[in-house]
Amino acid sequence: MSTLEVKDLTVRLPRGGDRAEAVSGVSFSVERGEILCLVGESGSGKTVIAHSIMGLLPKTLELAGGEVRLEGEELTRASEARRRALRGARMAMIFQEPMSALNPVMTCGAQIDEVLRYHTALSKNERQPRAAALLREVALPDPQRLLGAYPHQLSGGQRQRVGIAIALALEPALLVADEPTTALDVTTQAQILRLMVELQRRHGMAVLFVTHDFGVVAEIAHRVAVLREGRLVELGDKVELLTRPRHEYTRMLIGAVPTLKPHGRAAPSDAPIVLATRGLSKTYVERSWLRKKREIPAARDVTLEVRKGQTLGIVGESGSGKSTVARCIVRLIDPSSGEIRLSGVDLARMRSSEMRPLRRRVQIVFQDPYRSLNPRRSVGEAIIEGPLNYGMPRPAALERARRLMELVRMDPAALGRYPHQFSGGQRQRICIARALAVEPELLVADEPVSALDVSVQAQVLRLLEEIRTRLELAMLFITHDLRVAAQVCDQVAVMQAGRIVEHGSAEEVFLRPQHEYTRALFAAAPGRNFNFAPA
Amino acid sequence: MKIFHNWSVRLGGAALVLLVLIALAAPWLGTVDPTLFDAASRDLRPGEAGEITTLEGETVKHVFLMGSDSFGRDIYSRVLYGTRVSLIIGLAAALLALLFGVVCGLSAGYIRWLDGLVMRVMDGIMAIPAILIAIAVVALWRASLPSVVIAIAIPEIPRVTRLVRALVLSIREEPYVEAAVSLGTPTAKIMFGHILPNTIAPLLVQGTYICAFAILLEAILSFLGVGLPPDIPTWGNIMAEGRVQFVAYPHNVFFPGVFLAVTVLAVNILGDGLRDTLDPKMAKRV
Repeated sequence: MSTLEVKDLTVRLPRGGDRAEAVSGVSFSVERGEILCLVGESGSGKTVIAHSIMGLLPKTLELAGGEVRLEGEELTRASEARRRALRGARMAMIFQEPMSALNPVMTCGAQIDEVLRYHTALSKNERQPRAAALLREVALPDPQRLLGAYPHQLSGGQRQRVGIAIALALEPALLVADEPTTALDVTTQAQILRLMVELQRRHGMAVLFVTHDFGVVAEIAHRVAVLREGRLVELGDKVELLTRPRHEYTRMLIGAVPTLKPHGRAAPSDAPIVLATRGLSKTYVERSWLRKKREIPAARDVTLEVRKGQTLGIVGESGSGKSTVARCIVRLIDPSSGEIRLSGVDLARMRSSEMRPLRRRVQIVFQDPYRSLNPRRSVGEAIIEGPLNYGMPRPAALERARRLMELVRMDPAALGRYPHQFSGGQRQRICIARALAVEPELLVADEPVSALDVSVQAQVLRLLEEIRTRLELAMLFITHDLRVAAQVCDQVAVMQAGRIVEHGSAEEVFLRPQHEYTRALFAAAPGRNFNFAPA
Repeated sequence: MKIFHNWSVRLGGAALVLLVLIALAAPWLGTVDPTLFDAASRDLRPGEAGEITTLEGETVKHVFLMGSDSFGRDIYSRVLYGTRVSLIIGLAAALLALLFGVVCGLSAGYIRWLDGLVMRVMDGIMAIPAILIAIAVVALWRASLPSVVIAIAIPEIPRVTRLVRALVLSIREEPYVEAAVSLGTPTAKIMFGHILPNTIAPLLVQGTYICAFAILLEAILSFLGVGLPPDIPTWGNIMAEGRVQFVAYPHNVFFPGVFLAVTVLAVNILGDGLRDTLDPKMAKRV
């Protein structure tokens, strides 16, 4: 008997959605001691499946048919009381956002204790050591102190470990993990994945692991199920599926995963220098009446150079200061010290009125395509805003906007539409067009593909590459994703805690990393030893 | 428009449209001049017939649908004409408070050095009870429609300012605003072209609540005798005059009270509906 058996699961979407069913006739099973990865792009229905199994579907979604059997027991027709008894005890869930999955006003100890109190007959004195043992089991140091700590006092990785401890408290037969490492840094992700595999082996649990990341799949899965628009397109053994995918969609998805090998394109080293920073630093000062002032250095002594037609990648984990550097260069924030020379002119000390005529020379593309466009302005208005600011007459600006739309592979007729009518990838193209409209010398791309699905990501990366070659732009590419960096960068700078720890050509850094931290980053990249099927 | 699919919007909106129609059509709804009185028709019960003397000195027969007060004035006419005063005051006070609040909130939120100054002044205004400010303003100038509107709007300005400032502080961090900055867009254009349009939905919702509160506050001021002069028919004035004889002739207070309650309720229901449709973050989860 399988631990989990899902048969013909169908979940209906409310009327007016982009399709009739969120999940259509999906069947699979998860055996004891097995990790099944449920992979798909956003909107493929993977989270809906996880929630249907747990009985946590929001009221707007209706379970229209099918069966969910946990250790042989049918769940979809079970009473809410019965399901509540099973949740936590026989099946447990780990969520994506460790901060919002934990209650911010309860200590970690109280949250573990809650599970034990409602589901077991243990007395208070027995529960306390059990909670400490659970924290030890998820490899958290100093469990006694952590039991009394509130979630905000822990790091993201520690919080996720507490989430796992809560899920494991009653030794469930099935663990459902919904993108548990997506919000974490790559090194933390590697630790959490290792922990999950270890715990799964020790307890012989069945694990349903929802993810969008094929690197993670390669790292932990036994079997893989690929979803597309609510339908199961392929289900099979991990190695088989990742190296010899049978379905065309799977092949496309796997082919879109960038490799960790640098592209090896010879970058011109004699081209003129567009951007040079020297000793660029940004320190945030927190002043308060009652406390001593606190200084938080976000970027320290950053020196870099980008030449015309070249892409410099800044790679680092969250909090490493890479976005701070980008925002200083675009002068969205004021640097504390150092120089920012753009074709020889130092921007670092300029006042905003002096800065305005120069702003067009550096443009930025942001991470979140959903917040990068004003929802109340049409796409055309967004693209012509820059040219109009620099005195271009409206008809000429509109003409340029039409040409740019063609350049970013969009229909120029769409200029009159509003941002909500476009997908994430299309919006990112529009943002690129908007940045290019003022003909910048330097394009700063701050995690431009991190919010996009892997297939869309590949398209946007290709577009950026094409634009850079065609317009001979200098590009500063900020990313946390080593695979993406390997694909687009000529030069790479690795940042840690506000400093550049390693800097060199992409080949040097990727193939012969010198610094210990760079090596740790590479070691943590999920699926690094795996040869995915070529596109 | 999707807002008209919301039942609260439909209900509150319909009730308000009805009230506006009543206010506009008051002269043709069987009313007489609300200032007319007749000593012979004092304290009539609702529905009783009597007579009333017009300004020309003619005496005409008139049915007092809602009875008459101790001067012999027709309550029905006074209540219907009172609708005009209440709606005008509600709308005008809301617009005035929104206008000043938006200006103060935008400058506090976007111009760093003004923030502390503006917000401390607003804190100061908030520390004084609304009714006290209103009484003081009316006492300072003579009671008239504009002075009462100003008196009611002033205590609402800090609330709007706070709302707008909070919205500006969050919107100015949005990437699309930063993109505009890096495209060289001047500050004023960013404030009015990018930030202000995105505050309109919550402002509209706040405006309806101010409107409801203004109608109520006007009635309170009139009831206390510090609002509009007693000869102007407002719901508060009618209730104030009927108060002394409330036990014997409750209709003096009852009818204006019902109109007041229905109006305030309608505006609030409309506001709730607007909030649910325009501001999905504040709406309850379905």
